[in-house]
Amino acid sequence: MISIRKVSKWYGEFQVLKQCSAEVAGGEVVVVCGPSGSGKSTLIKCVNGLEAFQEGEILINDLSVGARKTNLSELRSRVGMVFQHFELFPHLKVIQNLTIAQCKVLGRKNEEATEKALKLLEMVGLTTHAQKFPAQLSGGQQQRVAIARALAMDPVAMLFDEPTSALDPEMIKEVLDVMVVLAQKGMTMMVVTHEMGFAREVANRVIFMDHGEVVEDRPKTDFFKSPGTDRAQQFLSKILSHGAEQG
Amino acid sequence: MVTLAAGLDWSIFFKPAFDGSGTYFRFLIVGLEWTLLLSVLSWILAFVVGSMIGVLRTFPGKFLPALGTAYVEIFRNIPLLVQLFLWYFVLPEIVPGLGTLFKQALSPLLQQLISGVLCLGFFTAARVAEQVRSGINALGSGQRGAGLALGFNRWQVYRLILLPVAYRIIVPTLTSEFLNTIKNSAVASTIGLAELSRQSQQLGEFTAHWYEAFIAVTLLYGIINITVMIASRFIERAARLPGYVGGKG
Repeated sequence: MISIRKVSKWYGEFQVLKQCSAEVAGGEVVVVCGPSGSGKSTLIKCVNGLEAFQEGEILINDLSVGARKTNLSELRSRVGMVFQHFELFPHLKVIQNLTIAQCKVLGRKNEEATEKALKLLEMVGLTTHAQKFPAQLSGGQQQRVAIARALAMDPVAMLFDEPTSALDPEMIKEVLDVMVVLAQKGMTMMVVTHEMGFAREVANRVIFMDHGEVVEDRPKTDFFKSPGTDRAQQFLSKILSHGAEQG
Repeated sequence: MVTLAAGLDWSIFFKPAFDGSGTYFRFLIVGLEWTLLLSVLSWILAFVVGSMIGVLRTFPGKFLPALGTAYVEIFRNIPLLVQLFLWYFVLPEIVPGLGTLFKQALSPLLQQLISGVLCLGFFTAARVAEQVRSGINALGSGQRGAGLALGFNRWQVYRLILLPVAYRIIVPTLTSEFLNTIKNSAVASTIGLAELSRQSQQLGEFTAHWYEAFIAVTLLYGIINITVMIASRFIERAARLPGYVGGKG
């Protein structure tokens, strides 16, 4: 489904991604973690071409993201993305946030798009907020709208870029709950997150990145039981000791 | 002050103008109409061109933004009066074909109006461009990314997502730009366009009632600008988003 092959990226002299490779099969949930500045957000943004890369290749269903002849807009319309800061469109009501791309990109009729949007709002538990503007919602609610907005395009895969990092602790769960439901429904997901509880619950594999490299790519049980490298071990002990206290 | 006030003769505005067009009051109103026509046409040009240049400056890459920057620097840094003389006196002489057509086919009045609109429009466009650019940049790269990620093309991202919010943010500064355009339109008096300040000068010269002429013209400019400000408040309020940038929850 998503195939990342030896991708390298530089900002000027500085190399942010070093020969990164990873595979996400259809229906798989892959969590990408690592210290800040390790390149995980950059990598996931390369997957739908929001960031350019200089070397390597990324294929989504055999379509090459970096190739000139690829219609990038069309490819992106089939890959959902959820951002750290939600990025809902502030001048549009919640319902319009969900319908605008359906109508303008996929060419759906307004009634069809609205019906789809309402179904998805029901799934994320926000039907009553359809006529509000994004700024009238809490962070957790905005992020759930953002997930619904991405799903409205019937994506073949979903990318999550630290979806809970900008949220207050009490709102993290409501967003993760939606993501768990998605994973259980068989959605192909690539998730950059520090939420190891989420990784434990639904991930198939965990990718650990550090200094722009993919250091580990292993099934989640292996990863949590016995991380193969010191760096992953250190990283895990830092974030898990917190998690354990919180229960 | 008392003697000055006592010396004012407001009845001058009800006397027939030297050119036989009606009273001097009517004479000033004609000037007001030209000022409004010139300002509004210039503003439309400035808004359209300024938006395009401003958008250009936020494009990725180097060449197109540099093109936008060059435009802004050129039009912002040549004095307005010089620009007007270039449009009115110089360009018709040096542009082959079109220049001759301009001089021969158009009435002097139309020549003045078109020169004035092009001058004020392209000058103000440089300033509008800067505001559009800052409005777009205020939204950060996240909104652009979200639009692209949904499959919008670059043009759609600007039209449907970035510009509608950017314009809302810059309504107040755009208002002051429009007010500037109205005030700057007085520069057209130098090429003989019968706009408000030119008419008041003529009124002064033909009647020697300078004080009355300039008090009246000041009041008229004041009335236009207050009207624009009230209209802009109204637009600002109507476009305000609940819970967002200065909006009410």
